[in-house]
Amino acid sequence: MAGPRSDHHVILRVVAKPLIPIIALFALYVHFHGDYSPGGGFQAGVIIVVAVVLYALVFGITPAMRAVPPVFARSLAALGFIIFAGVGVWALIMGGNFLDYDVLFNEEPGGHMGQHYGIIAVEVGVLFAVAGSMLSIFYAFAGRVTEIKDEDW
Amino acid sequence: MMDWILQIAPAFAEAHAPALLILLPMLAGPIAAFLPGGGRVAWGMTVIVTGLCTLLSLILLAQVRSIEGGAIISYAMGGWAPPHGIEFRIDALNVLILLLVSVIAFLTSIFGWPTIKAEIADGKRAMFFGAFQVCFMGLLGVAATGDAFNLFVFLELSSIATYVLVALGSGRDRRALPAAINYLLMGTIGASFYVVGVGFLYAATGTLNMADLAVQLQDVGGNRAVQVGFAFILVGLGLKAAMFPLHQWLPNAYSYSPSFVTAFLAATATKVAIYAMVRFLFSVFSLDFAFEGMSLALILAPMGIAAMLACSFQAIFQADIRRTLAYSSVAQVGYMLLGISLGTAAGVSAGMFHLVNHALMKGALFMAVAGAVLTYQGTRIHDFAGLGRRAPWTMTAFAIAGLSLIGVPLTAGFQSKFALVSALLESGWWWAALLVVFSSVLAVIYMGRILEAVFFRAPANPHKEHGEAPLLILVPLWILAIANIWIGVDGGFVYGLATDAAEALFIGGAS
Repeated sequence: MAGPRSDHHVILRVVAKPLIPIIALFALYVHFHGDYSPGGGFQAGVIIVVAVVLYALVFGITPAMRAVPPVFARSLAALGFIIFAGVGVWALIMGGNFLDYDVLFNEEPGGHMGQHYGIIAVEVGVLFAVAGSMLSIFYAFAGRVTEIKDEDW
Repeated sequence: MMDWILQIAPAFAEAHAPALLILLPMLAGPIAAFLPGGGRVAWGMTVIVTGLCTLLSLILLAQVRSIEGGAIISYAMGGWAPPHGIEFRIDALNVLILLLVSVIAFLTSIFGWPTIKAEIADGKRAMFFGAFQVCFMGLLGVAATGDAFNLFVFLELSSIATYVLVALGSGRDRRALPAAINYLLMGTIGASFYVVGVGFLYAATGTLNMADLAVQLQDVGGNRAVQVGFAFILVGLGLKAAMFPLHQWLPNAYSYSPSFVTAFLAATATKVAIYAMVRFLFSVFSLDFAFEGMSLALILAPMGIAAMLACSFQAIFQADIRRTLAYSSVAQVGYMLLGISLGTAAGVSAGMFHLVNHALMKGALFMAVAGAVLTYQGTRIHDFAGLGRRAPWTMTAFAIAGLSLIGVPLTAGFQSKFALVSALLESGWWWAALLVVFSSVLAVIYMGRILEAVFFRAPANPHKEHGEAPLLILVPLWILAIANIWIGVDGGFVYGLATDAAEALFIGGAS
C-alpha cells in the first residue's frame, strides 16, 4: 500500500480527493430522498462507507483507521440500533404501539408530521447501523494481520 | 389460575408485553456491548433483562390462559392493522416457546459468569453479552411474530449472533472457528431456502401474514408454486432445526463453542426452529394440504426415526462428552419430529412436551459439564473419571438430567416419552413405538458410559484435582435438575401447556 507521502499514484490521489466528499454528499441525498424515490438509510449507509473505503484504498488502511477509528465504527452501529429502537420506545411512551409514528407529536388526526419525521429518524438509525457494521466488516478483513508468519511455514 | 399475575402486573406491561419482550434485549444488547468493567456490568444487565423477559412471558402466559381454550393476543407493530402490517400473534403455542426461551436464558445467564470469565478474553466479554442479547431477542422474535417474512428477519438476527457466539469459543479451542464457519454456511443456506419458500407463497397469495396466508392458501389450493414454497420452507427450517440429514453443523458447533453458549443453544435454538416448522405445517398450511397432499408423514417420520437411531449410535462412539450430548440432541429432535409427523393433537402435544423437557435436561447436562470443565480442562469421558466423588453436587445433577434423557420413570424424559409412545400406539404405529424404546436403550448405553466413568472409575490423573462447581453454576443447575424431577413426578402443568399448544394449532389453524 502506498503511504500518504509516496509519489506513486499521484493521479489516483488527486482524482480520489474531490470524489470522497461528493460520494458522502450523494449518500445524504439518497438518504433524505428515500421518502420519494428509491433509496433510504440502508443504501445511504453503504454509500457513505464507500467513501471511507475509497480513502483506505488510495491512502492506506492506517490513515483511514486514524480518520474513522474502528471503535467509532462499532459504536456507530450500536448507536444506530438504539436510535431505531428508541423511536419505537418514544411511540410507546406517547401511548401508541411500538413504532407507531402517528402518535409521536400528539397530532390531530390527519396530520402526517409523525409519519414523516418518524420514518426519517428510523432511517437515520438504519444509516448509522449499516455504515458502522459495513465499515467494521471492512476493517476486520482489511486490517487483518496474518497470524502465521512467513518464516513459520 | 394464573390471574394473580395479571392483577399485580402494571397495565403498561400488560398492554405492550409482546413488544416489550423483544424490545428489552433489543435495547440492552447494543448498550451492553459498550459497558465497561470487563464484562461484569454487562453480565448483570443481561441477568436483569432476561429476568424481566421471563416476567413478561409469564404475563403473556397468564393472558393467554385467562380465557378457556386459550386467548390469541395480537399486537400490531407501528399501529398498522394486520394483515398489512407486521403482527405479533401470541397463542398457546408461542407462549410456551417464549416462556421456555426466556426461562432458559435467565438461568443460563446466571450460570454464565464463571465460565465466561474462564473462557472469554477480558476485552471481548461485553461484546459477547451484547451478541447474546441479540441472539436471545432473535429467538424470542421468531417465536412471537405472526408474519412470515418478519420470522425470517428474526431467524437471521439470532443466527448471525449465534455464529459470533460460537466463534468466540476459539479462545478455548481453535476448532471453534471452522465450526462457526460451517454453521454459518449451513445456516445461511437454510435461511435462504426459507426465504425463497416465503417468496413462492407470497407470489401465490400476495400476503405475508401467517393467519392471512392460511386463509388465502385454502382458496389457492394445491398450486405448484405453493408446493415448491412448502418444500423450500420445510428444508430451510429443517436445516435450522437440525433435522436428521441436515444436522452436520450441530455437533461441532455445540462441542467447540463456549460452555455458556452451548448450554443456551442446546436448550433453545433448535427448539425455536421446530416451533417455526410446526407453525408452518399446521397453522399456515392446513393439515390436509401438508399431510395428505404432500405425504409429509412419509418424509418427516422416517427422518425422525433415522435421527433417533443413527445419531444415538453415533453418540455411543464419541469420546468427548460434549459431542456425545450433541449427537444425542439430534436424536432427541428425531423424537419431536416423530411426534409431530403423526399429525394428531396427541402426537403434536407429545412432541411439544418432549421439546420442553429436552430443553430442561440438555440445559442441565451442558451446565454440569461446564461446571466440571471449569476446574479441569478436558471434556473427554476419560477426563471425567472419578468426578462423582470430587464434585458430588455437580455430578448428581448431571446424573438426574442424564437419567431424564434416558427416560427413567420419575423423570421428565419418561413422561414425554410415555406421551409419545401412547400417541404412537393411538395412531397404530406400534413399530415406531418399538423403535422409540430401542432408541432409549441406546441412550442407556451412551449415558451409561459417562455415568459409569463418573461414579465408578478411579480418576485418570490423580494429581489433577477436580473441584466442585461454584454456587453461581450450582443454583441454576439444580433448579433445572429439580424441574426434571418435578415434571417427572407431576407432569400435569407442563403437559397441560403442551396440550393447549397442540389444541391451539388444530382449532385455530384456519381461523
